[in-house]
Amino acid sequence: MKYIDQGSKDTRSGFGAALLELGKSNTNVVALCADLTGSLKMDAFQKAFPERFIQVGIAEANMMGIAAGLTIGGKIPFTGTFANFSTGRVYDQIRQSIAYSGKNVKICASHAGLTLGEDGATHQILEDIGLMRMLPGMTVINPCDYNQTKAATLAIADFEGPVYLRFGRPKVANFTPENTRFEIGKALLLREGKDVTIAATGHLVWKALLAAEELAKNGIEAEVINFHTIKPLDEQALMQSILKTRCLVSAEEHQRNGGLGDALAQALASQHPCHQEYVAVNDSFGESGKPEELLEKYGLSEKSIYEASLKVIARKNRE
Amino acid sequence: MSFLELERTASQVRRDIVRMVHAVQSGHPGGSLGCTEFLVALYFDLMAHSPQEFDMDGTNQDLFFLSNGHISPVFYSVLSRVGYFNTAELKTFRKLNSRLQGHPTTHEGLPGVRIASGSLGQGLSVGIGAALAKKLNNDNHLVYTLHGDGELQEGQIWEAVMFAGSNKVDNLIATIDANGQQIDGSTNDVLSLGKIADKFFAFGWDVLEIEEGNDMQSVLDGMKAAKARAGKHKPVAVILHTEMGYGVDFMQGTHEWHGIAPSDSQLDLALGQLEETLGDYK
Repeated sequence: MKYIDQGSKDTRSGFGAALLELGKSNTNVVALCADLTGSLKMDAFQKAFPERFIQVGIAEANMMGIAAGLTIGGKIPFTGTFANFSTGRVYDQIRQSIAYSGKNVKICASHAGLTLGEDGATHQILEDIGLMRMLPGMTVINPCDYNQTKAATLAIADFEGPVYLRFGRPKVANFTPENTRFEIGKALLLREGKDVTIAATGHLVWKALLAAEELAKNGIEAEVINFHTIKPLDEQALMQSILKTRCLVSAEEHQRNGGLGDALAQALASQHPCHQEYVAVNDSFGESGKPEELLEKYGLSEKSIYEASLKVIARKNRE
Repeated sequence: MSFLELERTASQVRRDIVRMVHAVQSGHPGGSLGCTEFLVALYFDLMAHSPQEFDMDGTNQDLFFLSNGHISPVFYSVLSRVGYFNTAELKTFRKLNSRLQGHPTTHEGLPGVRIASGSLGQGLSVGIGAALAKKLNNDNHLVYTLHGDGELQEGQIWEAVMFAGSNKVDNLIATIDANGQQIDGSTNDVLSLGKIADKFFAFGWDVLEIEEGNDMQSVLDGMKAAKARAGKHKPVAVILHTEMGYGVDFMQGTHEWHGIAPSDSQLDLALGQLEETLGDYK
């Protein structure tokens, strides 16, 4: 395989490392946190730049409003809390004070999805991509590993406009080559193949690569694309691949409703309808457990991607 | 601006409000009329600002955020009369393709507006953020916000009140339009606010009250006192006692005119009570 795990790391640490770098390189960068500084890996920034770190306490709505206000005066605020409290809890604040007002706020959300683990369903948001991509003008990014999260965090500081950056808690394979430049809205073709397109985002990109390896052992050539940016969607990369493979597996740590799979299906429906299998949570809440156990139980494992690929290829071949 | 000119401006602003709301048969005249002295005093006398050179950052200017966005008629009238945009644009209020949306927004690029508001309870947080940006930028100008008293029922307000007190955001002056009315009735009947001043005081704010919020001299004196109390390690709250609908006798002192428009004959009655001082917008 072209990509190798350089040693497992958590994506949130990629965010924390980049935030510290931004603190040094861009004096307009301000960080806000709602009592989760350690969990978000914002402590290094807090220590290095205390005057540009704002502890708001357990008051996420206020945090979003303060962030919007900070942009008036040229600051680039990065808010940090869990994905659940970064989106659902503060949807109206983001909608009115940030998205509709066109404010340059970077909403940085950790502990997204099932892999938050033992804390259970109250904290495992699986709707956040959908919520955020529905907002006009919002950019939605879900990087796959430590290196990509770090690169994405650096990239969004130079991008003018509201961004939702989603990452997670567990240590996962870190396979993106270090110092790969992050291009917002440009999907990455990780593996070429002609039989099926596996379009994945976030933690499931590595699983997609593992599934493709297994498929190759059975003579199936899967194309793997990392859709780190869900909005704006790289429709060109999608169409190019689908014209070749004529079938799609979407894979994400999110509800089927509203996530990457829906975004892809929407693009395909009007341009090149094709068979699709969703690897996503099927209209249910999560529960407590270890990350890998949860991914297995809720059908988000590499095995799920493998089986979905066989299924969608069979459907295509029956045509 | 002279006291007489401020009063004359307030009269014209009130004419603008009732005409705008009448023209489109929707909008919020009650709170707008009640806050006329406050906004005229702020924009024509108290704030340092540059209407002709509006930019979003407002560096080295005082900033104002309207948190109770539904009183957009008074906000738009004052912004246009002070020079942010041509008064002729007031006639587009709430109509298709207008920059004067029902509730204020930055989305259409209307000069003078720096945040969307309407969904209540968000403006104090925004004001705090802008005030913190000023501190980071070593810009010693002030940030003003305005809130309805009913708006204090929103939880986010108290998150913001706690933050500003705790963090000594002392370049912030938040004014509460205490008219005691909200859509469903009096604030006492709907959800009692208790003693507003005591609540802000308990959160570490400096608090002052303006008893006659529809008396221009009282508003000027009170807001000048508030300015003098800024920069002393506490955010400043002003409890501005106003009468909803002030200046038009049949709209005054009742929640009935919170969000309804006058008929043709009611418009004539209202305009008969408000002197045309600066020329009606055409």
